[in-house]
Amino acid sequence: MQNGNNENIGWADNPVIRQRIRNVLYAVCGLLVVADFIVHRHVYMPLEKIPAFYALYGFAALVGVVILAKLLRKAVGRSEDYYEQRGEDND
Amino acid sequence: MTNLHPFLPFLIAGILAVFTRGWLRSAIMLAAPLFGGYQVMQAEPGTMVMLQVLDLELTVYRVDELSLLFGYLFHLGAFICILFALHLKDTLQHVAGLLYAGSAIGAVFAGDLFTLFVFWELLGLTSAFLIWASRDERSFHAGLRYFLFQVLSGVLLLGGALWIWWTTGDISFNEIGLGSGASWLIFMAFGIKCGFPLLHNWVTDGYPASTPTGTVFLCAFTTKAAIYAMARGFPGTEILIYIGAFMACYPIFFAVIENDLRKVLAYSMINQLGFMVVGIGIGSALALNGAVGHAINDVLFKGLLFMSMGAVLYVTGRSKASDLGGLYRAMPITTTLCIIGAMTISAFPLFSAFVSKSMVMSALLEEGHWGIWMAMLFASAGVLEHAGIKIPYFAFFAHDQGIKAKEPPVNMLLAMAIAAVLCVAIGSYPAMLYDILPYDAPYSPYDMTHVLTQLQLLAFAILGVVFLHRSGRYPDEIPSVNLDAEWLYRRMFPAIYRGIKVVISVLGEMGGQAVRFTLGFFLDKLSRHHGPSGILARTWPIGSMVLWVMVLLFLYMILYYVE
Repeated sequence: MQNGNNENIGWADNPVIRQRIRNVLYAVCGLLVVADFIVHRHVYMPLEKIPAFYALYGFAALVGVVILAKLLRKAVGRSEDYYEQRGEDND
Repeated sequence: MTNLHPFLPFLIAGILAVFTRGWLRSAIMLAAPLFGGYQVMQAEPGTMVMLQVLDLELTVYRVDELSLLFGYLFHLGAFICILFALHLKDTLQHVAGLLYAGSAIGAVFAGDLFTLFVFWELLGLTSAFLIWASRDERSFHAGLRYFLFQVLSGVLLLGGALWIWWTTGDISFNEIGLGSGASWLIFMAFGIKCGFPLLHNWVTDGYPASTPTGTVFLCAFTTKAAIYAMARGFPGTEILIYIGAFMACYPIFFAVIENDLRKVLAYSMINQLGFMVVGIGIGSALALNGAVGHAINDVLFKGLLFMSMGAVLYVTGRSKASDLGGLYRAMPITTTLCIIGAMTISAFPLFSAFVSKSMVMSALLEEGHWGIWMAMLFASAGVLEHAGIKIPYFAFFAHDQGIKAKEPPVNMLLAMAIAAVLCVAIGSYPAMLYDILPYDAPYSPYDMTHVLTQLQLLAFAILGVVFLHRSGRYPDEIPSVNLDAEWLYRRMFPAIYRGIKVVISVLGEMGGQAVRFTLGFFLDKLSRHHGPSGILARTWPIGSMVLWVMVLLFLYMILYYVE
């Protein structure tokens, strides 16, 4: 996006604004972890007792989903005209 | 006339729509859900309208709290969908859309299994036309495959209904519960339309093939009518917890790698249906409220997302992530509305899904289903990735493709705005929804624990996306087809069929050889004796016969004299 043509790029493509948005996210994440130690939350099951359990689980789940999905793509990904080949669908 | 059947306004509007054009047709179409909705608001719970057909007494209209709730929902959904499709001049889509919405309403007010069957089949038939309305090769075949699933579901329902009628004589549609063979047939009939695993392909195959407006209709009615039927017929059926958890989890992976954004939403729909099915499976008042509440919210937020992608497709002619990007500057209103839908489906606090999803999750914890709860929490993070971030990001941000675009027509924007306002309103004033939920289960979603834990989950999941993106591990959008269970019947079954045909022809060939050989052997023998030159087939001259007779007579005389 850094093509030196600053008049022609939108705000969402501006690297400075992008960095600011990320900074806000980092700050929010930090605050939420701090809050976990201040607020008393109800605990129903043992795993929930882990400090910042939801934060860790959310991060791990997302990274896990994407990594597994990339493996899945290797297994099931085909070219876009896969079903058009070999004259199928003619029943 | 408070007992006017709620299908009638849609039927009449559908007929009138054939003969009218322009603003008159628009007015008639919008009037159908408004008038019908007003009628349903006046209806008293406990009302039953019977119809005698031969010696069958059908309950064509039954009003109770559960059917009323879905009645309200479908009228609201129909209004939004019709508004969204108002700019079209396509009579086929308008008529099919009206009858389809009406069939869904008829199905939820059906008080017996045969009436349910009639509307169940109408749902399938009318909705298939919304796919065929794309009028291209792909939609023709996808529509046929879609329709086959609908017919299969209908046949199972009819089979189950007849079986129950035959054994018990009672056809009323109430709690069925798994037990007899008949109940399994009906369970599978509902299951197909709920998008059970391996029976789900009509959703992911059919929906993206429909028109930009048709998909919005499709996503609102069939599956929600099925959730209604499941909630009424099979509440607390334990197997549904496991089926639902699987439904919530596996589509996530497909959604992450899918390139067609409307197909991503179709996978996302199965994922959301998973939450509802789990709620029905738990069967407690809180869980059932959560399930039907989530069905209501889903019509709004999934409708909103399908509408925003429909608007993008309508304006740009594209729906694939690899072809889209950078539209936020040309379509800021659509972008904003899409982001509201994305935040709702991700269940951010103050958005409607937070309320209904929390109910299902809390019910899981209360009943001690910890493993399932972990799986559903995993699924929640997955929803954020594919529906919360991927949809708006790849359509409106990502790499600017320099596509010439503008905002869609006003009616589309209005329909999206209504859905968006309701997503926020229900999320911010949950009492709006709670007061009409059918079961009695007090619940407060906005306590500190729920809000904090949900925000932690979501914020760190977003952090996960940023991490993957920054480190270059985030999968690119590439034009591709990902094989799913439809491969079984689009590739494997045809291949098996072709294989069997080959085997049969080879066996036939070999069998033929063997038969020919054996036959040839006998024919050979036969012809040796009876053939043209065979000893038994020779023509004998009369003289030689006389000679032989004389020889025999001579021998006879000799023997006589010897005696």
